[in-house]
Amino acid sequence: MAAIEIKDIIKKENLVYGKTKILTDNIMHYCPGCSHGVIHKIVAEVIEELGIQEKTIGVSPVGCSVLAYNYLDIDWQQAAHGRAPALATATKRLLPDHYVFTYQGDGDLASIGTAEILHACNRGENITVIFVNNAIYGMTGGQMAPTTLMGMATATSPYGREAALHGYPLKITELIAQLPGVAYVTRQSVQTPAAVRKAKKAIKKGFENQDKKIGTSFIEIVSTCSSGWKLSPVDSNRWMEEHMFKFYPLGDLKDSERNSEEEYKKYIE
Amino acid sequence: MAKVRGAIDVDKELCKGCGVCITACPTHVIELAKQVNGKGYNYAYMENPEACIGCTNCAMVCPDSVITVYKITI
Repeated sequence: MAAIEIKDIIKKENLVYGKTKILTDNIMHYCPGCSHGVIHKIVAEVIEELGIQEKTIGVSPVGCSVLAYNYLDIDWQQAAHGRAPALATATKRLLPDHYVFTYQGDGDLASIGTAEILHACNRGENITVIFVNNAIYGMTGGQMAPTTLMGMATATSPYGREAALHGYPLKITELIAQLPGVAYVTRQSVQTPAAVRKAKKAIKKGFENQDKKIGTSFIEIVSTCSSGWKLSPVDSNRWMEEHMFKFYPLGDLKDSERNSEEEYKKYIE
Repeated sequence: MAKVRGAIDVDKELCKGCGVCITACPTHVIELAKQVNGKGYNYAYMENPEACIGCTNCAMVCPDSVITVYKITI
């Protein structure tokens, strides 16, 4: 059998996977191995698969992903720190036939934006929230976040997080799963191909829930910050599997096909 | 049995050499090059091209979407 050259395989007709057109050609400013890149990609792929590029509005936060509007070729809003759910509420109410999602980190959503996210979820706004949790403030240089694990060393907790001094890590996703307004709460990750597929499915479901008008969809993605954690990208993935998943177990926390009012009746019984 | 041959095309200049694709590859095709690209990163390349099965795992976990995957059945 004649040997097959690489150039015979690399042809347009043999293409099985390439960069989606929703992603722009701008070079991402993220550090090597940053989970944001993968999450941007799967959001873009979901938008392409659903064919909703013209009808999607993203709300970018403050944090590393503040420049998300440079990378996805859709309409964007940029919110003040933590206020993405408030802006998304207004956008969705003014343009109810559009798909609105917020893309927030843990410093944005779980700290300064706690009030906004809890009330937006409690009101059951028909938006999708993508919450990227890497247990650290990545953009500002690795300070302790509300989601930082116990004993984890950061720039502002160099001897590790202590309960007496810094309090306990916040499981915001578990808090949100209690609210009757939310339809879908899940926790995913993107460190392996299998995890990427599952996370993509979850994001797709989050967008599809906007059609059904059944309340907020909240997708947490446990991710890494190799620069903040001072590990290589591969080691951070391993560290995340060993330490983060114990405290932030993956899986669906709530998956409701009912609308919010029925859910509320169940809640008050 | 039909044999599958795959190949990846890495955009060398955009690769940041994070190495996530290397651990994702089930057939150990990818390695980091000794040379660096314009940004000073050791980019990923196919060290062992015969073993590639075009499974797209590497492209799926690539944070910078620099990997394009091709596949043929022979």
